[in-house]
Amino acid sequence: MSQQSGSMGSMFIVYGAILAIAVVQVVVAMTMGPSLGRMLVLALIQAYMAVMFFMHLRDEKPNLRLALLPGTLFVLVMLNMIWADSFRLIVMRPFAK
Amino acid sequence: MSQADMTIAHGAGVMEESPFAIPSSKLVMWLFIISDACTFGAVLFAYGYIRNSAADWPLVFESASIWNSLLMTFILVSSSLTVLFAVKAAKADDRAGAFKWTMITAAGGVLFAILHIREWMSLIGQGARLFQNPWGSPMFGAAFFSVTGLHMAHVLGGVVALVVVGLGYKAGRYADRHIEIWALYWHFVDLVWMFVVPLVYLLNMKR
Repeated sequence: MSQQSGSMGSMFIVYGAILAIAVVQVVVAMTMGPSLGRMLVLALIQAYMAVMFFMHLRDEKPNLRLALLPGTLFVLVMLNMIWADSFRLIVMRPFAK
Repeated sequence: MSQADMTIAHGAGVMEESPFAIPSSKLVMWLFIISDACTFGAVLFAYGYIRNSAADWPLVFESASIWNSLLMTFILVSSSLTVLFAVKAAKADDRAGAFKWTMITAAGGVLFAILHIREWMSLIGQGARLFQNPWGSPMFGAAFFSVTGLHMAHVLGGVVALVVVGLGYKAGRYADRHIEIWALYWHFVDLVWMFVVPLVYLLNMKR
C-alpha cells in the first residue's frame, strides 16, 4: 500500500495551486489570446500536480510509476502523427460549408 | 471477508509480495485509468484534427460560458479535495465521516453535471446540433458534444460509483481501500477536465 505521506496541509496547497492555474489560464486566454502552447503547458502543470499529489503517485513504488507512465506517454506522443494529415486537409477544406 | 481477502490471508507467507506494493484492485484501477487516458487522448486528438482541418471553425464561447467553465473547474477540483477527506476518514475507520465526505463529493459531481447540461442547453438553444450549427464548420457540434459528453458520462458514472461505495462502506460491506480506489477514479475525471477546459472552451472563445 502506498505510504500516503502527503499531509492534508500540502493537499490544500496543491488544491489552491490547481485553482490558481485555472484562473491564470482564463486570464491569459482573455488578455493575451488562447495560445495552444500556453494552454497546454498550464494544463500539464495542473495534471502533474493532480497525479503526483491527489492521486499519490509520488508515494508509490518507483516501479509502479515505471509501469504506468512511459507506456501512456508513448501512446499520447504517437497520436501526434495525425497532424501531418490534418494540415494536408486544410488545403482540401473537407469540412467547410 | 471477500473471497479475494480469504485467498490473500490463506496465502500469507506463501504468496510473493505484490511487485507494486498495492492491492490488485488498486492496480486494476490504475490500469483502467491509463487506458481511459489513452481514450480521452484519442478523442481530444480527433477533435484537434477536425478543428485544424476546418477552414471556418466557429469561436462561439462568450465570456459567460468561460466563467461557467471556471466555476465547473472550481466544483470539480473542490470535489477532489472532499474525496481526499473521505479517504482520510476511511483510513481512520471513521465510517460516518467517510460516508459524509463521499456523498459531498458525489453532490459536487451532480452540481457539475447540472452546470454542464445548462451549458449544453444554451448551445442547443442557439441552434447547435451534432452535425449543424449557425456559426461555421458543421463538425463543431460533433466535436464539442463528443468530448464533453464522454467526460460527463465519466462524471455521472463516478457519482453512481461513489454513492454505491459510500453506502456499502457505511454498511460495512466495503473496506477503506474501495473508497481509495474510487477516489483515484474521481481524481482522474478531474484531471481530464483540466485538458477539456483549455482545449475545448478557451481555444474556442469569441475574440
